[in-house]
Order: sequence, then structure tokens, then C-alpha cells
Amino acid sequence: MGNNKTVEELVKYFKDEFKTKIKSIDIKTRAAGSKKKETSTIWMKIDKTVFKDVIKHLVDYQYPHLPVVSGNDLGKNIELIYHFTVNYGERLKEINFHISVELPKSKPEIESICDLIPGALITEREKQEFLGVKIKGIPDDRKLFLPDDWPDKVYPWRRDETGPEKYYKNLHEVNKK
Amino acid sequence: MSQKTTTKTTYHIPVGPIHPALKEPVFFEFEIDGEKIVDVDVKLGHVHRGVEWASRKRNPIQILYLAERICGICSYCHPAAFTLGIEDAADIEVPERAEYLRVIQGELERIASHMLWAGVAAHEIGFDTVLFLTWEMREKIMDLTEFLCGNRVTKGIMTIGGIRRDITKDMIPQITKSLDYLKDNFEKIRHIFLDDKTVKLRSQGAGILTKDDALRLCAVGPTTRASAIKKDVRVDTSYFAYGDLDIDYITPDILTGEVNGDVYDRIIQRLLEIKQSIDLIEQCLDIMPNGDIVSEPNIPKLLNQLKKVEGEGVGRHEAPRGEVFHYVKLTGEDTPFTWKVRAPTYNNILPWIPMLKGEQIADIPIVAASTDPCMSCTNRVGIIKDGNRYELNKEELHRLSVEKTRRLMR
Repeated sequence: MGNNKTVEELVKYFKDEFKTKIKSIDIKTRAAGSKKKETSTIWMKIDKTVFKDVIKHLVDYQYPHLPVVSGNDLGKNIELIYHFTVNYGERLKEINFHISVELPKSKPEIESICDLIPGALITEREKQEFLGVKIKGIPDDRKLFLPDDWPDKVYPWRRDETGPEKYYKNLHEVNKK
Repeated sequence: MSQKTTTKTTYHIPVGPIHPALKEPVFFEFEIDGEKIVDVDVKLGHVHRGVEWASRKRNPIQILYLAERICGICSYCHPAAFTLGIEDAADIEVPERAEYLRVIQGELERIASHMLWAGVAAHEIGFDTVLFLTWEMREKIMDLTEFLCGNRVTKGIMTIGGIRRDITKDMIPQITKSLDYLKDNFEKIRHIFLDDKTVKLRSQGAGILTKDDALRLCAVGPTTRASAIKKDVRVDTSYFAYGDLDIDYITPDILTGEVNGDVYDRIIQRLLEIKQSIDLIEQCLDIMPNGDIVSEPNIPKLLNQLKKVEGEGVGRHEAPRGEVFHYVKLTGEDTPFTWKVRAPTYNNILPWIPMLKGEQIADIPIVAASTDPCMSCTNRVGIIKDGNRYELNKEELHRLSVEKTRRLMR
């Protein structure tokens, strides 16, 4: 891995390519230990129209590691954050690269990245059932963690009327007369 | 249950949800041609407890103790990753001494976990004496953990901005004594696992995960390193005191000169990592600076600070099974807005499929156990053959595995 890009080069690589489609980029550096060695993190918010293309560019640069995709219910939108890491395999060179994309709740759809990164399957299936997003082109769209008889249109991580609120009971209220 | 079972050439065998290797529920459905595994499907969720959702009613300090209870073996790495996430979001500086103490706790947990795994692996192939031998050694580490944390399993040692208990000078002889015991007995374990002919016969060439598959399926931890991918959060990034220490990637070729990505390599991998952990603890004891162990000992004050924070943070820690990943979003409230927990086994599920394909039924326990899955347990296996259901329990599957070992020993 001789041609690893630095954080700045990586940011430039994406800025040159996607320009205004990148909504914001934050670079954060944290030091730890006595010697204060540093590790950098890039938080990049992108428009959903270029999402697949961004991932393609990332894979072209270097095959990234995808720990997981996390998500937030932001009210009107659902945010998905694809947490990648690049430049691993060399002492203290790894960069955390978080790519965030917002989907409107009226049409929460996004392309699957399983064709580029097959390891994304588990986390994409989890996002479908927990956040109610539709992953287009997912090779396997069965439920992952939730039981098969889980009610339709109830998504445990949503904070609106499709959330799980009506299904839970407070322990201290159970069996109270 | 799948109806494809009526085909004449292959039949389906469901394994689980009680898992044949470790005592945790996961459900496998195998498509079998004779003794050979043709295809594998994995189903999860039998112990999904909605921990992330439960965090919505808890403040960060309470979540620490919730995180600790996610897993019985990794009761340090989940709070550790959560703490790293909060510290990242809130920009909390941690005292240097605490960073070293955190490394010591992390490595102690790794030794205990790898030892436990070595015992389970030996049990799966029918060497119960080795199980007791490794667990006897592990007991010393548990005693040491109790000595340092006050508890053997749920340690309650992590806190945001530092660590809760110091290691004083008079405690060091006890630590060195335990580590010396481990070093003295390490050769015994190494000899059993790496030189024994039968262990080699069972593990070499079994459950192969190629480098390419490990990369594409985003495998983590010893599973991916045993397939020659240099990936270790401790080496890749700077967190805790790992940036200060002399540490390098461990892959099985260090010992054997080549990487096959089989079960044998994963055994070598974990044994080498036990050695590395002992070395790291000794390094920490040598160069640990003096000073505070927590940045803000007053918890209400800390919680008040965290209440005002708005931001996102990510915590990554190399747990015994691989990278554990926590994402935290704070929005200026008592409780975090989002907390996403990703345990290492989550990423090591897909790699099971290429590992198990082409193997025999009797190899299921050892291959499945070789990634050290952490889901939680074992009981019942049913075989569906031409629509008739046969019950095969965990003992039966274990017996098949032991019989295979015995056959090879002849």
C-alpha cells in the first residue's frame, strides 16, 4: 500500500469529483497516549443522488473496510451513516471515513452497495428492518434480527408513529390492578 | 422451514438456534449432499434484546453499565468503545496514566477470552483434558482480574474520562507473578495445539477463509488476521496508550512462514496474540506515567457537561474477537440520541459461509467455533431428510465431531 492518500488528499479527491454534491466535510483529529500520536476522522455529508458513485470512487481508491452502517431518525429525514475505514495495514495510518446521506421519509430509498462490498449485506438488512429504509437491489431482503411475525410497518429505531412505542410495556405497570 | 428438502440429491439440516459451538443461540440451515455441506444460511436475532433502544432512557454513565452487560466475555470492550465514542463526541481529554491502565485491562480480557476459546476448541474436537488445562490457566487470569477490578466478569472498571481503579506499586508483584505463571505454562499449550498430530488433522485445511473473501466480507479480528489481512485497531489507529507501545500486526506466517486461512491458522493466531498481550501488559507496567486516573471524578458534574454536548462520535476498540464499533450521537439532552453497537461477530457471520461450504457435518462445531462467535448457546439440532424430521441434539453433533477425531487418531 505505497500510494496511500493523506486526509487532505482524500478530501480533495472527493471534492474535485463531486464538488457541490458534497454538503459538508469535517475533519477531526484526536490524539491519545503520552506521545500524543494522532488518528484522523473524516465526516462527509453527501447528496443521495451521488451516493453510489461516491462509494465506487472509494472502492477504486482502495478497498475499504466497512464496520457498519448506522442510522438516525431526524424527523423529516432518515440519516444513514456509512462508516468506512481506509489505509489500514500500516502502523497508525488508518483514517476513519464516515459518509452520511439523508433520505426523505416520503421516499426512503437508497441503492445497495453489496455488489461493490458484499460484506455490507448484514448491515443493510438490519437497516431495512430497523429504520424502514428500502435498499434497492439488495441480494437478500429477509429479516435479520426481528422475528418473522414482527408486524409490518413498525420500525424499532423510528421516532414517529411507525416507532415501536405501542408495543412495549413498562415493567412496573404490568400486573397492576 | 425450506421446502427444497424434497430434492433427492441434497437435504437440509437446520442447526440451532442453539449453537453447536458456543453456548449462544444462532440458527444455521445447511444444505447437505451426503456428508458434504453445499450451502449455508444463517439466521440471527434469537437474543436481540434491544439494548440500543434501552439506552434511550439512560444517561451515559448508566449506559456504561448497560454496555457491560451486552456480553459476558467482552464485558470490558463494549464500555470501552462506548466511552471512546462519548469522548470523541464531547472532546474529553483522558489522563495519560488512565490510558495505560485501560490497555492493561483490555489485554487481560484478551488473554482470558483467547484461553476460554482454546478450551472450547479443544472440547469441540474431543480433547476435554486440554479444556481443563487451558481453563486452569485462565483461572489465574480471572483471579488477577478480580484482584485488579474487584470482580471476575462484570468488571465495572471503565468510566468516561478515565478508569475507576488505579494499579498501585504494591499490586505489581502479584501481576508479574500471574504473568510469569502464564509464560511458564504457555509452552505446554503451544505444544498441544500446534504439534499434536490429531489437532493438525482436524484443523489443517478445514474451514478455509481466503484473503480475498476476508477482505470482501469485511471480517474482523483474529479471523481476518489468520487470513493474512493486516488489520488491527490497536496498530492501525492511536487510542488508549496503544500509540506509545511497541506493537505490530500478528499473522500466522510469523510462526509457520505461510498463511492458509484455515482453523489451524486461527489457533496459531490466537496463541500468538496471548503472547503479544502479555508483552503489552509488561510494557505498560514499565512505562506507565504517574498522575490522575480520571479527568472528572465528580459524576453529576460530568453528566452536566455531557448534557450540553451536541455532536457525533465513534469508538473503536480491538476486542478479543475483533474490532468493536460504537457510534454515539449527542443532541444536548440527558440521554444520547443514538447509540449503535456493532460487535465483532456481526462482521464475522458472512465469512462463515465460505468457511463451511465443502466441509463435513462433523466439522461444523470446530469451524463455527474457530471464529470465536459471541452470540450466546447450544441445544438442539434437527435433520430434515426427504420431509421426515430427525432430531439431532447438540450432544449428538458433538459426538459426531469427537468420533471424527477418534477415527483420525487410529
